This record gives sequence, structure tokens and C-alpha cells, in this order.
Amino acid sequence: MEEEKIIIVKNLTKKYKDFKAVDNISFEVRKGQIFGFLGPNGAGKSTTIKMLTTLLHPNSGEMSIDGKNPVTSSDAVRKSFGIVFQDPSLDDELTAWENMEYHGVLYSIPKPLRRQRIEQLLNIVELWERKDELVKRFSGGMKRRLEIARGLLHHPKVLFLDEPTLGLDPQTRNNIWEHIKGLNKKEGITVFFTTHYMEEADRVASYICIIDHGKIVSQGTPEELKKQTKTKSLEDAFIKLTGKKIREEEANPMDNLRMRRRVFGGRR
Amino acid sequence: MKAVYILWLRQLKRYFRSKSRIIGSLGQPILFLVALGFGFGPIYAKAGGGDYIQFLAPGIIAMSTLFTATFMGIELIWDKEFGFLKETLVAPVSRMKIMIGRTLGGATVAVLQGLIVLVISLPIGFRPNWVALPLAILFLILIAVIFTAFGTAIAAKMEDMHGFQLIVNFLLMPLFFLSGAIFPINGAPNAIKTIVMINPLTHGVDGLRTALTGTVGMGIAVDLLILTGVTILFVTIGSYLFSKVEI
Repeated sequence: MEEEKIIIVKNLTKKYKDFKAVDNISFEVRKGQIFGFLGPNGAGKSTTIKMLTTLLHPNSGEMSIDGKNPVTSSDAVRKSFGIVFQDPSLDDELTAWENMEYHGVLYSIPKPLRRQRIEQLLNIVELWERKDELVKRFSGGMKRRLEIARGLLHHPKVLFLDEPTLGLDPQTRNNIWEHIKGLNKKEGITVFFTTHYMEEADRVASYICIIDHGKIVSQGTPEELKKQTKTKSLEDAFIKLTGKKIREEEANPMDNLRMRRRVFGGRR
Repeated sequence: MKAVYILWLRQLKRYFRSKSRIIGSLGQPILFLVALGFGFGPIYAKAGGGDYIQFLAPGIIAMSTLFTATFMGIELIWDKEFGFLKETLVAPVSRMKIMIGRTLGGATVAVLQGLIVLVISLPIGFRPNWVALPLAILFLILIAVIFTAFGTAIAAKMEDMHGFQLIVNFLLMPLFFLSGAIFPINGAPNAIKTIVMINPLTHGVDGLRTALTGTVGMGIAVDLLILTGVTILFVTIGSYLFSKVEI
């Protein structure tokens, strides 16, 4: 029996002036997979995610999520995925419950169903007891858990996680992955994630795609990648495939903002 | 429509929860009312202008609405990367609705801020004509919507907060000082007068002053007409630029 493909990307290209951020890439994600999308800084990971999640339009190529095209039927696609961004996208001045509630309204989930799911999800991520606290009082790990719960509220088929464990301690990372793996198993949600922690990718991903300079350099299960490169760990395989050169990305204005946010501890 | 409502509600909740921000943003109008009001008051009276506070208060009320509204719009820069905006952009809600919700929310907050300054101006000696309060609020709403959309348009084009000081010093301050908010424009040189006349805030201040104190200015109808036109123009530009925002 052939497994169902939930994400299909074919010859996808995104150019910024002369620079090809994503250069003619193709890959497929099967339903129920935990799909690791790995690459050095500036490889094109975030650009790909932004195109899949309707935030950017590609220059050429085709995409589909659950059979729908992000460019032509963006609202249908938006209903079928949930996302946790690299930078927090919660409203710190609102409570955990309000963040969930507003999300539910934006996705037009009817009130009784919305209330029921909010309670259920906040219980799963162990935040129900603190639902009436302002999010600004939450730790990094709690915020991430809340974002994951929020991303699942409209029952998406695919959950995008852009570096979901960045800056978290091992305990919290472990805890977050336990939640994600549980959801993947129980609900059959397809997970598409990026990370810089290779051992994490090795442990959780069922399939990995490595992108560099906007091109797919290799893909397969973690075992296949290690075998192919004759290395013992995924980290070694990754270095072998993408080289040792450190990527000097020019700081863009957003990096500067991020830095200021770190220095001032966030304005809100 | 529920999406617009929830985005509006969100901004109101944020406003009422950040007490320090409300109080902080009242500092400048209070300073202007007290320092300018008591400082220039005697000179203004000697020059035959009458009670300066009556003249100044509507200008300062308009100023706080101007600043609050523009900042509410400019907040978009932060929201783009660290806030709720991304969450709303991937939601199945049109950009137009997001823009409307944000603008109405920001404008409501700016109107409230203006009304707080109105209340504060009472103990300083301002005696408004309460009957025309609804008309005054209408002018505040127009100022608020125009400049929230103005702030949004700037933020849609700006990449970071570095240009922020530039906007305050080269846009907001001139808009305020050259709007007839703190001095009558009749006696000013023609060059200044021309700038003042094309400044939309001038008509907001004039309308507000006419409503609250009954002085005859450029005429309520003219002010309303110009402000409505500018509102449509700015909201259109703001919506267009917002629809092009990429994150």
C-alpha cells in the first residue's frame, strides 16, 4: 500500500534579486511522518517554510499541502496547518487562555467546540492551571508549549515547527518533544520541523532532508544518511554533506531587532 | 467580522493592562498644558487673545491623539517579528480584515488617550462646551484613524526601529507644531501658513477647537470634509502597504 503524501514540493524556487534563496528543490512528506528539514544558517529553510505556509510567494515551482495549493487557495491551506515560529508570536499582554481563544476565533471554530478543545489542549501541555496568567510571566519552555497547543487548536493535519527548542534547556527540550511525539502518534499529525541540534533530529525524525545553498543535498532516514556518508552520527553526516565552512550571514535588520530584544529582555 | 472584533478587543485589553504606558504617555501633554499654559498665558492675554488655556487645550488633546495613534500604527514593526502579527497572517483571515481590526483598535486607544487629556485639562482651567462633545469625539476619531493608518503605512515600509527617532523629530513634531495647536496661525508668515494649511492635523485641531470652545475657525464643514478625504486616502495607502508586508 502506498503511503499518502501530505506535502509535495516540486522544483520550487525563490529568488531575491539575483540571489536564489531556494533553488529548484523537490521533496515529499508522507502522512504521519516526523520530517526533519535541516541545513546551516541561510540555507533556505525558513524561506521554504514561509512559502509552504502562504507567507511568501515562490517565483516558480509547485507545492501542495493536503492536496491544496498555498498560492491559489491560501485560506484552505491555512486551515490545514499549524505553526510554531522561530520567534515567539504570542501576545505577552494576554493570558494563555486569551491567546488560545483569539486563535480559535480567527480560525472560526464554533464557541462550544473551541472552549472544549482549549481545555483539552492546555491540559495536554500542562498549562491549564495557569490559563489565566499573562503570558509575559511564562518561561521560555511554557511559551513554547502554549504555542504548540495553539498551533493544534484548529486540528491541523501538518504542524510546522521552526526551531521549536532553540534556547531551551535539555529538560524542557525533552519535555516538548515528548508532547510532540505523543501528538504525532495519537492524532497522526504530520510534523515538519527544523533544528540545529543534530542529535535531537536523529532521535525524533523518521525522515530527514538536508538543504544547503538553497538546494537539497541529501535525504533519507537518519540511518540511511549515516550509511551514505559512512559516518557514525547525524552531526558528522551533516558536516560531511554541508562542509565545515562557517556561514557568515550578514546581519539583517531582524537580527538586530532580535539582539535588542535579548538585551532589553523584550519590550513587552 | 468576529476576526475584526477580536483584533480590536486585543488592542483595548493591551492598553488597559499597561497602566505604566497610559501614565507615561500622559507626561508630555501635562507638561505642555502646564508649562505652555501658565507660561504663555499672560502674554497671550496681554496680546488680546483671551484665555490661552481655552486655546491650547484642544491642541494638546489633538497632540496626544496624534502621537498615540501614530505609535499604535508603528507598533507593527515589533509585531511583525515578535508579536501576534505572524499568527494573524497565517490565519484564514484576509489582510484587509487584519488591517481594519488593527486600525480600529489603535484608533480607539488614541481617542481614549485624547479624552483622558481632556479630563486632565479641566483642573488646569479648561472650560469646554459639553454640548458639542459628540462632535469633538468625531474629530478625535478622524485624527486617530488617519494617524493610525499613517503609522501603519510607515511601519510597513520600515525594517527596524532605527528610523523611529527620525519619524518623531521630522514628522510628528513638525505636524504638531505646524498645526495651529499652540499658536494662532493668522499672524504667521505666508510660507508657514501654507504648510499649516496642508497639514491634516490643522483641520483636526481647528474642528476640535471649534467644537469644544465655540471659536470660529475655518468652518466645521470644511474641516470635516478635508479630514474625511484624508482618512480615505491614508487608510487606502495603509491597507495597500500592509497587504504587501512580507515577513
